Amino acid sequence: MSSDRYRVGSFEFTSRLFVGTGKYGSYGVMEAALSASECEVVTVAVRRDVLASEGGTQSDNILDHLDLSRYAILPNTAGCFTARDAVRSAKLGRELLQGLDNPGAKWVKIEVLADKKTLLPDPVGTLEATKELVDAGFEVLAYSNDDPILARRLKDAGATSVMPLGSPIGSGQGVLNPNNIRLCLEYLKEDDPDYPVIVDAGVGTASDVTIAMELGADGVLLNTGIAGAKEPVQMARAMAHAIQAGRLAFLSGRIPRKLYATASSPTEGVITPSARRV
Amino acid sequence: MYRPARQQTMQVTINSKMEALDGEMSVADLLARRKIEPIRVAVEINEDLVPRKTFAERMIRDGDRIEIVTFVGGG
Repeated sequence: MSSDRYRVGSFEFTSRLFVGTGKYGSYGVMEAALSASECEVVTVAVRRDVLASEGGTQSDNILDHLDLSRYAILPNTAGCFTARDAVRSAKLGRELLQGLDNPGAKWVKIEVLADKKTLLPDPVGTLEATKELVDAGFEVLAYSNDDPILARRLKDAGATSVMPLGSPIGSGQGVLNPNNIRLCLEYLKEDDPDYPVIVDAGVGTASDVTIAMELGADGVLLNTGIAGAKEPVQMARAMAHAIQAGRLAFLSGRIPRKLYATASSPTEGVITPSARRV
Repeated sequence: MYRPARQQTMQVTINSKMEALDGEMSVADLLARRKIEPIRVAVEINEDLVPRKTFAERMIRDGDRIEIVTFVGGG
Protein backbone atom coordinates (compact mmCIF):
# COMPACT_ATOMS: atom_id res chain seq x y z
CA MET A 1 0.00 0.00 0.00
CA SER A 2 2.98 2.31 0.38
CA SER A 3 2.97 2.91 -3.37
CA ASP A 4 -0.79 3.60 -3.45
CA ARG A 5 -0.41 7.32 -3.94
CA TYR A 6 -3.01 9.54 -5.59
CA ARG A 7 -3.30 13.08 -6.84
CA VAL A 8 -5.72 15.90 -6.09
CA GLY A 9 -4.87 18.67 -8.54
CA SER A 10 -1.23 19.58 -7.96
CA PHE A 11 -1.15 17.74 -4.61
CA GLU A 12 -0.05 14.14 -4.11
CA PHE A 13 -0.85 12.11 -1.02
CA THR A 14 -0.59 8.66 0.49
CA SER A 15 -3.16 9.06 3.26
CA ARG A 16 -6.72 9.07 2.00
CA LEU A 17 -8.20 10.63 5.10
CA PHE A 18 -8.89 14.37 5.27
CA VAL A 19 -9.60 15.52 8.83
CA GLY A 20 -11.33 18.66 10.06
CA THR A 21 -10.01 20.67 13.00
CA GLY A 22 -13.32 21.79 14.52
CA LYS A 23 -15.01 20.89 17.79
CA TYR A 24 -12.10 19.32 19.70
CA GLY A 25 -12.04 19.81 23.44
CA SER A 26 -8.56 21.32 23.29
CA TYR A 27 -5.75 21.94 20.81
CA GLY A 28 -3.83 19.14 22.57
CA VAL A 29 -6.54 16.58 21.79
CA MET A 30 -6.80 17.91 18.24
CA GLU A 31 -3.05 17.55 17.66
CA ALA A 32 -3.00 14.01 19.06
CA ALA A 33 -6.07 12.98 17.05
CA LEU A 34 -4.70 14.40 13.78
CA SER A 35 -1.47 12.55 14.37
CA ALA A 36 -3.24 9.27 15.17
CA SER A 37 -5.40 9.59 12.04
CA GLU A 38 -2.24 9.65 9.88
CA CYS A 39 -3.92 12.28 7.72
CA GLU A 40 -1.93 14.57 5.45
CA VAL A 41 -4.68 17.13 4.87
CA VAL A 42 -6.47 19.14 7.55
CA THR A 43 -9.31 21.59 6.97
CA VAL A 44 -9.75 24.95 8.68
CA ALA A 45 -12.45 27.64 8.58
CA VAL A 46 -12.20 31.42 8.10
CA ARG A 47 -13.77 33.42 10.91
CA ARG A 48 -13.63 36.88 12.40
CA ASP A 49 -10.59 37.48 14.52
CA VAL A 50 -11.22 37.89 18.21
CA LEU A 51 -8.62 39.75 20.22
CA ALA A 52 -6.89 37.91 23.03
CA SER A 53 -8.01 40.71 25.33
CA GLU A 54 -11.60 39.80 24.44
CA GLY A 55 -11.11 36.12 25.12
CA GLY A 56 -10.11 35.35 21.56
CA THR A 57 -7.46 33.38 19.78
CA GLN A 58 -4.89 36.00 18.90
CA SER A 59 -2.25 34.68 21.27
CA ASP A 60 -3.22 31.09 20.53
CA ASN A 61 -4.02 30.73 16.85
CA ILE A 62 -4.88 27.32 15.42
CA LEU A 63 -1.98 27.66 12.98
CA ASP A 64 0.34 27.60 16.00
CA HIS A 65 -0.98 24.10 16.70
CA LEU A 66 -0.68 22.62 13.21
CA ASP A 67 2.62 21.29 11.87
CA LEU A 68 2.68 23.16 8.57
CA SER A 69 5.47 20.92 7.25
CA ARG A 70 3.36 17.81 7.88
CA TYR A 71 -0.16 18.82 6.90
CA ALA A 72 -1.50 20.53 3.80
CA ILE A 73 -3.98 23.09 5.09
CA LEU A 74 -7.30 23.04 3.22
CA PRO A 75 -9.33 26.19 3.94
CA ASN A 76 -13.07 25.76 3.67
CA THR A 77 -15.86 28.26 3.09
CA ALA A 78 -18.10 26.77 5.77
CA GLY A 79 -20.83 29.06 7.00
CA CYS A 80 -21.35 30.73 3.61
CA PHE A 81 -24.87 30.69 2.23
CA THR A 82 -24.24 32.51 -1.05
CA ALA A 83 -21.75 32.04 -3.86
CA ARG A 84 -20.54 35.60 -3.34
CA ASP A 85 -19.70 35.01 0.34
CA ALA A 86 -18.00 31.72 -0.46
CA VAL A 87 -15.80 33.45 -3.03
CA ARG A 88 -14.90 36.18 -0.50
CA SER A 89 -14.15 33.56 2.13
CA ALA A 90 -11.96 31.57 -0.27
CA LYS A 91 -9.92 34.67 -1.10
CA LEU A 92 -9.49 35.51 2.59
CA GLY A 93 -8.33 31.95 3.26
CA ARG A 94 -5.82 32.11 0.41
CA GLU A 95 -4.48 35.39 1.74
CA LEU A 96 -4.07 33.86 5.21
CA LEU A 97 -1.97 31.03 3.79
CA GLN A 98 0.12 33.07 1.41
CA GLY A 99 3.48 33.77 2.89
CA LEU A 100 3.31 30.70 5.10
CA ASP A 101 5.41 27.73 4.12
CA ASN A 102 2.42 25.62 3.16
CA PRO A 103 0.88 24.71 -0.22
CA GLY A 104 -2.68 25.29 1.03
CA ALA A 105 -2.98 28.71 -0.63
CA LYS A 106 -3.53 26.93 -3.95
CA TRP A 107 -6.80 25.22 -3.10
CA VAL A 108 -10.09 25.60 -1.29
CA LYS A 109 -12.95 23.37 -0.19
CA ILE A 110 -15.99 25.25 -1.39
CA GLU A 111 -19.13 25.00 0.69
CA VAL A 112 -22.20 27.00 -0.27
CA LEU A 113 -24.88 25.90 2.13
CA ALA A 114 -28.59 26.19 1.52
CA ASP A 115 -30.20 25.78 4.85
CA LYS A 116 -29.18 25.96 8.51
CA LYS A 117 -31.21 22.94 9.57
CA THR A 118 -29.72 20.47 7.13
CA LEU A 119 -26.52 22.30 6.09
CA LEU A 120 -27.10 20.72 2.70
CA PRO A 121 -25.22 22.31 -0.19
CA ASP A 122 -27.01 24.82 -2.42
CA PRO A 123 -26.34 23.20 -5.79
CA VAL A 124 -26.82 26.37 -7.85
CA GLY A 125 -24.64 28.49 -5.56
CA THR A 126 -21.99 25.77 -5.40
CA LEU A 127 -21.78 25.65 -9.18
CA GLU A 128 -21.56 29.45 -9.46
CA ALA A 129 -18.86 29.72 -6.81
CA THR A 130 -16.89 26.85 -8.37
CA LYS A 131 -16.82 28.60 -11.75
CA GLU A 132 -15.76 31.90 -10.24
CA LEU A 133 -13.01 30.41 -8.09
CA VAL A 134 -11.65 28.27 -10.93
CA ASP A 135 -11.41 31.50 -12.96
CA ALA A 136 -9.59 33.10 -10.03
CA GLY A 137 -6.97 30.36 -10.18
CA PHE A 138 -8.05 28.16 -7.30
CA GLU A 139 -7.97 24.39 -7.29
CA VAL A 140 -11.56 23.90 -6.18
CA LEU A 141 -12.73 20.92 -4.15
CA ALA A 142 -16.49 21.17 -4.30
CA TYR A 143 -18.59 19.92 -1.38
CA SER A 144 -21.63 18.61 -3.17
CA ASN A 145 -24.90 16.77 -2.82
CA ASP A 146 -24.65 13.08 -3.68
CA ASP A 147 -26.23 13.87 -7.04
CA PRO A 148 -24.36 12.41 -10.02
CA ILE A 149 -25.70 15.05 -12.40
CA LEU A 150 -24.56 17.93 -10.21
CA ALA A 151 -21.25 16.14 -9.66
CA ARG A 152 -20.71 16.02 -13.42
CA ARG A 153 -21.65 19.69 -13.78
CA LEU A 154 -19.13 20.64 -11.08
CA LYS A 155 -16.40 18.67 -12.80
CA ASP A 156 -17.30 20.30 -16.13
CA ALA A 157 -17.05 23.69 -14.41
CA GLY A 158 -13.44 22.89 -13.59
CA ALA A 159 -13.60 21.50 -10.06
CA THR A 160 -10.36 19.73 -9.17
CA SER A 161 -12.33 17.27 -7.06
CA VAL A 162 -15.98 16.69 -6.30
CA MET A 163 -16.83 15.83 -2.68
CA PRO A 164 -20.27 14.21 -2.54
CA LEU A 165 -21.77 13.99 0.92
CA GLY A 166 -22.46 10.72 2.67
CA SER A 167 -25.19 12.39 4.75
CA PRO A 168 -25.64 15.85 6.34
CA ILE A 169 -22.66 17.45 8.09
CA GLY A 170 -22.20 16.20 11.64
CA SER A 171 -25.22 13.88 11.40
CA GLY A 172 -23.28 10.64 11.88
CA GLN A 173 -25.63 8.83 9.49
CA GLY A 174 -22.86 7.44 7.31
CA VAL A 175 -23.31 6.85 3.58
CA LEU A 176 -27.08 7.03 3.16
CA ASN A 177 -27.27 6.48 -0.57
CA PRO A 178 -24.46 4.23 -1.74
CA ASN A 179 -26.04 3.94 -5.18
CA ASN A 180 -25.76 7.69 -5.72
CA ILE A 181 -22.12 7.59 -4.63
CA ARG A 182 -21.59 4.72 -7.11
CA LEU A 183 -23.14 6.82 -9.88
CA CYS A 184 -21.09 9.88 -8.91
CA LEU A 185 -17.95 7.74 -9.10
CA GLU A 186 -18.98 6.24 -12.43
CA TYR A 187 -19.78 9.59 -14.04
CA LEU A 188 -16.76 11.44 -12.64
CA LYS A 189 -14.27 8.72 -13.46
CA GLU A 190 -15.62 7.85 -16.92
CA ASP A 191 -12.59 8.14 -19.25
CA ASP A 192 -10.77 9.77 -16.33
CA PRO A 193 -10.14 7.06 -13.72
CA ASP A 194 -7.74 9.17 -11.67
CA TYR A 195 -10.23 12.03 -11.14
CA PRO A 196 -10.33 12.37 -7.34
CA VAL A 197 -13.64 11.89 -5.57
CA ILE A 198 -13.65 12.45 -1.80
CA VAL A 199 -16.73 11.50 0.21
CA ASP A 200 -17.29 14.32 2.66
CA ALA A 201 -19.58 14.58 5.68
CA GLY A 202 -21.86 12.37 7.70
CA VAL A 203 -19.30 9.86 8.97
CA GLY A 204 -20.35 8.52 12.38
CA THR A 205 -17.95 5.67 12.89
CA ALA A 206 -15.19 3.66 11.25
CA SER A 207 -17.42 1.40 9.14
CA ASP A 208 -18.89 4.44 7.38
CA VAL A 209 -15.40 5.32 6.15
CA THR A 210 -14.79 1.76 5.03
CA ILE A 211 -18.06 1.68 3.08
CA ALA A 212 -17.18 4.89 1.24
CA MET A 213 -13.76 3.51 0.34
CA GLU A 214 -15.18 0.13 -0.71
CA LEU A 215 -17.44 1.96 -3.15
CA GLY A 216 -14.30 3.32 -4.81
CA ALA A 217 -13.95 6.79 -3.35
CA ASP A 218 -10.40 8.14 -3.42
CA GLY A 219 -10.68 9.47 0.11
CA VAL A 220 -12.96 10.54 2.93
CA LEU A 221 -13.19 13.87 4.75
CA LEU A 222 -14.57 13.84 8.28
CA ASN A 223 -14.48 15.94 11.42
CA THR A 224 -17.22 15.30 13.96
CA GLY A 225 -16.82 11.51 13.77
CA ILE A 226 -13.45 11.94 15.45
CA ALA A 227 -13.86 15.19 17.38
CA GLY A 228 -17.21 14.17 18.84
CA ALA A 229 -16.21 10.64 19.87
CA LYS A 230 -15.75 9.92 23.57
CA GLU A 231 -12.13 9.00 22.84
CA PRO A 232 -11.16 11.14 19.85
CA VAL A 233 -7.56 9.93 19.59
CA GLN A 234 -8.57 6.28 19.64
CA MET A 235 -11.35 6.95 17.11
CA ALA A 236 -8.78 8.68 14.89
CA ARG A 237 -6.75 5.46 14.89
CA ALA A 238 -9.89 3.51 14.04
CA MET A 239 -10.53 5.84 11.10
CA ALA A 240 -6.98 5.31 9.82
CA HIS A 241 -7.55 1.54 9.88
CA ALA A 242 -10.98 1.96 8.29
CA ILE A 243 -9.50 3.87 5.35
CA GLN A 244 -6.93 1.14 4.81
CA ALA A 245 -9.49 -1.64 5.13
CA GLY A 246 -11.87 -0.04 2.65
CA ARG A 247 -9.17 0.82 0.15
CA LEU A 248 -7.65 -2.67 0.23
CA ALA A 249 -11.08 -4.27 -0.10
CA PHE A 250 -11.90 -2.05 -3.09
CA LEU A 251 -8.61 -2.88 -4.80
CA SER A 252 -9.08 -6.57 -4.05
CA GLY A 253 -12.49 -6.82 -5.75
CA ARG A 254 -15.37 -8.02 -3.63
CA ILE A 255 -17.42 -11.10 -4.47
CA PRO A 256 -20.80 -10.57 -6.09
CA ARG A 257 -23.88 -10.70 -3.89
CA LYS A 258 -25.99 -13.84 -4.34
CA LEU A 259 -29.35 -14.73 -2.95
CA TYR A 260 -28.46 -18.32 -2.04
CA ALA A 261 -25.58 -19.88 -0.16
CA THR A 262 -22.46 -21.32 -1.77
CA ALA A 263 -20.63 -23.79 0.45
CA SER A 264 -17.12 -22.84 1.51
CA SER A 265 -16.23 -26.43 2.47
CA PRO A 266 -15.98 -29.19 -0.20
CA THR A 267 -19.28 -30.81 -1.11
CA GLU A 268 -17.45 -34.10 -1.93
CA GLY A 269 -16.54 -36.69 0.72
CA VAL A 270 -19.20 -35.83 3.20
CA ILE A 271 -19.97 -38.75 5.56
CA THR A 272 -23.12 -40.79 4.90
CA PRO A 273 -26.05 -39.07 6.46
CA SER A 274 -27.86 -40.95 9.23
CA ALA A 275 -31.33 -42.25 8.50
CA ARG A 276 -33.74 -39.44 8.91
CA ARG A 277 -36.16 -39.61 11.71
CA VAL A 278 -39.57 -38.38 10.76
CA MET B 1 -11.08 77.05 4.45
CA TYR B 2 -9.43 75.57 7.50
CA ARG B 3 -9.36 71.80 7.77
CA PRO B 4 -7.64 70.05 10.63
CA ALA B 5 -5.44 67.58 8.85
CA ARG B 6 -5.03 64.83 11.38
CA GLN B 7 -7.57 65.17 14.13
CA GLN B 8 -10.68 64.10 12.26
CA THR B 9 -12.58 61.21 13.71
CA MET B 10 -13.70 58.51 11.32
CA GLN B 11 -16.63 56.23 11.87
CA VAL B 12 -15.91 52.74 10.61
CA THR B 13 -17.38 49.30 11.09
CA ILE B 14 -14.98 46.58 12.24
CA ASN B 15 -16.41 43.06 12.23
CA SER B 16 -19.91 44.56 12.43
CA LYS B 17 -19.07 46.85 15.38
CA MET B 18 -19.20 50.63 14.89
CA GLU B 19 -15.96 52.22 16.00
CA ALA B 20 -14.50 55.72 16.00
CA LEU B 21 -10.93 56.03 14.78
CA ASP B 22 -8.91 59.16 15.55
CA GLY B 23 -6.85 60.54 12.75
CA GLU B 24 -5.50 59.02 9.59
CA MET B 25 -4.35 55.49 9.67
CA SER B 26 -3.46 52.63 7.39
CA VAL B 27 -4.60 49.04 7.79
CA ALA B 28 -1.14 48.28 9.22
CA ASP B 29 -1.58 51.08 11.80
CA LEU B 30 -5.01 49.74 12.78
CA LEU B 31 -3.66 46.23 13.33
CA ALA B 32 -0.68 47.53 15.30
CA ARG B 33 -2.97 49.61 17.50
CA ARG B 34 -5.00 46.48 18.24
CA LYS B 35 -1.87 44.38 18.80
CA ILE B 36 -2.82 42.03 15.97
CA GLU B 37 -0.04 40.16 14.20
CA PRO B 38 -0.54 40.89 10.46
CA ILE B 39 0.67 37.40 9.48
CA ARG B 40 -2.25 35.81 11.34
CA VAL B 41 -5.10 37.78 9.77
CA ALA B 42 -6.64 38.64 6.43
CA VAL B 43 -8.47 41.92 5.92
CA GLU B 44 -11.37 42.96 3.72
CA ILE B 45 -12.59 46.51 3.28
CA ASN B 46 -16.04 47.02 1.79
CA GLU B 47 -16.03 43.38 0.70
CA ASP B 48 -12.75 43.70 -1.22
CA LEU B 49 -9.69 41.80 -0.08
CA VAL B 50 -6.78 43.96 1.06
CA PRO B 51 -3.60 42.03 0.19
CA ARG B 52 -1.25 41.79 3.16
CA LYS B 53 1.58 43.42 1.24
CA THR B 54 -0.53 46.57 0.86
CA PHE B 55 -1.51 46.91 4.55
CA ALA B 56 0.87 49.85 5.03
CA GLU B 57 -0.41 51.76 2.00
CA ARG B 58 -4.12 51.15 2.28
CA MET B 59 -5.55 54.10 4.21
CA ILE B 60 -8.78 53.65 6.09
CA ARG B 61 -11.59 55.98 5.04
CA ASP B 62 -14.62 57.24 6.86
CA GLY B 63 -17.46 54.77 6.54
CA ASP B 64 -15.30 51.78 5.64
CA ARG B 65 -16.67 48.38 6.54
CA ILE B 66 -13.71 46.34 7.68
CA GLU B 67 -13.52 42.59 8.25
CA ILE B 68 -10.55 41.13 10.09
CA VAL B 69 -10.48 37.32 9.93
CA THR B 70 -8.26 34.44 10.87
CA PHE B 71 -8.37 30.64 10.79
CA VAL B 72 -10.29 28.64 13.35
CA GLY B 73 -10.99 24.94 13.66
CA GLY B 74 -13.48 23.66 11.11
CA GLY B 75 -14.41 20.74 8.89
